[in-house]
Amino acid sequence: MMSADPTMTYPANGSPEPVGGDRIVIPGGGPVPMVLAEAVHKSFGHLEVLKGIDMAVMPGQVAVLLGPSGSGKTTFLRCINHLEKINGGRLSVDGVLVGYRQRGEKLYELRDREVAERRRHIGMVFQQFNLFPHMTAIGNIMEAQVQVLRRSRSDARAKGMALLERVGLADRATYYPSQLSGGQQQRVAIARALAMDPKLMLFDEPTSALDPEMVGEVLDAMRDLANAGMTMVVVTHEIGFAREVADTLTFMDAGLVVETGDPREVIANPQHRRTQDFLSKVL
Amino acid sequence: MSTIEQAETDRGLPIKAVPVRHPGRWAAVAILLLLAAMAANSLITNPKWLWHTFAKYVFTDAIFQGLLRTVWITGAAMAIGIALGIVLAVMRMSPNPVVKTVAWLYIWFFRGTPVLVQLVFWAYLAQLYRYLSLGIPFGPQFLFFDVNELIPVIFAAVLALGLNEAAYMAEIVRSGILSVGKGQTEAAEALGMRRTMLMRRIVLPQAMRIIVPPTGNEVISMLKTTSLLAFVAVPELFTTAQNIYNSNYQMIPLLMVASMWYLVVTTILSVGQFYLERHFGRGVAGSRQQRAKRRLATMGPA
Ligand SMILES: Nc1ncnc2c1ncn2[C@@H]1O[C@H](COP(=O)(O)OP(=O)(O)OP(=O)(O)O)[C@@H](O)[C@H]1O
Ligand SMILES: [Mg+2]
Repeated sequence: MMSADPTMTYPANGSPEPVGGDRIVIPGGGPVPMVLAEAVHKSFGHLEVLKGIDMAVMPGQVAVLLGPSGSGKTTFLRCINHLEKINGGRLSVDGVLVGYRQRGEKLYELRDREVAERRRHIGMVFQQFNLFPHMTAIGNIMEAQVQVLRRSRSDARAKGMALLERVGLADRATYYPSQLSGGQQQRVAIARALAMDPKLMLFDEPTSALDPEMVGEVLDAMRDLANAGMTMVVVTHEIGFAREVADTLTFMDAGLVVETGDPREVIANPQHRRTQDFLSKVL
Repeated sequence: MSTIEQAETDRGLPIKAVPVRHPGRWAAVAILLLLAAMAANSLITNPKWLWHTFAKYVFTDAIFQGLLRTVWITGAAMAIGIALGIVLAVMRMSPNPVVKTVAWLYIWFFRGTPVLVQLVFWAYLAQLYRYLSLGIPFGPQFLFFDVNELIPVIFAAVLALGLNEAAYMAEIVRSGILSVGKGQTEAAEALGMRRTMLMRRIVLPQAMRIIVPPTGNEVISMLKTTSLLAFVAVPELFTTAQNIYNSNYQMIPLLMVASMWYLVVTTILSVGQFYLERHFGRGVAGSRQQRAKRRLATMGPA
């Protein structure tokens, strides 16, 4: 097993034990990781896609996930956000188990309502933006604030406008997604996720559907977010972004973490053969 | 050479070009006008059409009553059909196998038997339950009355048409729901929306673009299907016309009266459909508001 993160404080032998329900506790009273994956397994039918992922992301950190196509990066992100159910191991976000409720020794699957409740604290940005095409930019950002968080329309609008300002799109508030460029759509999608005041943001290749000249504007928005202290898990092939912004870089292959560490170190001096091969192709 | 030089000097000037001529269109218009004139001539001058009879009945009270009944029966049956159709479509796509099977069986049964058979069956059932009574089952009855024969039959007919329609609407709604990409559901789920909420707010509004045109078909088809109520003696538009020509033997002008009113309602419905389609097309690239907006955007400061 690799050591997931230098800042992780719980001993590798003593797994965190859940007490009083869903919250896990770190022995020794260390800080609780925002994302903690322990031997996470996930299969689709007979196909085992995640074969025991170990990973920890501390609050305020930016973790970049790297790996060849089909290595399970998207699947892992989706597991964090309950879009997929894990089959084995343990996964927690901010100290709360993902997908299950623990009562004593028993695990209970979560109901639809509980899953929705946990998801609203996790923002997700998709490769294909997935903006709602029948709503304007501001409408997209207001929708879940009003429907899920029950904010008043005027509060939601004010928050939405402030976020559009932040991603540099205040003048595009009343545009429909089809009237925006890819880079603008992705920035609206980021603003939409931020409107929920998430404690964790997940990005799945947010720039790989974009024309090269639009990649920069989205990465800039993400960099600002990281500087503001947001905890982020980012799947990306943008090595420059990983080097400058990330606190940790995790390289995955075939459903396993191959190596993890300081991004500058891993990029300059990869320890494993597969990491070397992959980086030589990407760089 | 010279053309290229020409183009160079004209760079950026608005293009003045002779538009493509369409002589075929003009020829078609001429022929159609001629045919229309011949038809009109025959309609007006041939006494067999009995236009005075048409004029005598077209605005009569009886016809209006029938028309009114046709319209509200269509509206009520479609309301039942659409509401139940949405429920059935969502049920058919539910992860719960029991719910899914129930919806499947419903659609199988109501699409698989003729609507006329269903109509006659429900009307007959209404006749059976003509005598409404209120009381303890198998015990004493407190109230017993013979309801007006027509009302339960009309309600039975509305119910029959609506229940049948729901089976067709379910498939239309389902195709609309399927047309909305999985990314939309996942984005909504990632924002913490629950299934019913994301159906109502995200999926169905987008599905409407696909649902509205075939639903327009269904409404118009329902309008005409109400003429089957003749079989259960409900005096809607067609039955009223039929009753009149059964007594005066002037079938053609009265069928013309009915047809004209069906066409009037269909025309109004088509206009309504146009506006509905425009409403649900918002946000789609190339839709009307979008083009207007883009023009504005390119004129104003970017
Ligand atoms: N819903 C699914 N059903 C079956 N197999 C799936 C499903 N989703 C993903 N897979 C499989 O899981 C494996 C990992 O997929 P995943 O999308 O997580 O890879 P990835 O690392 O994100 O790749 P990429 O860089 O191409 O996005 C692939 O072999 C894929 O075919
Ligand atoms: Mg992926």
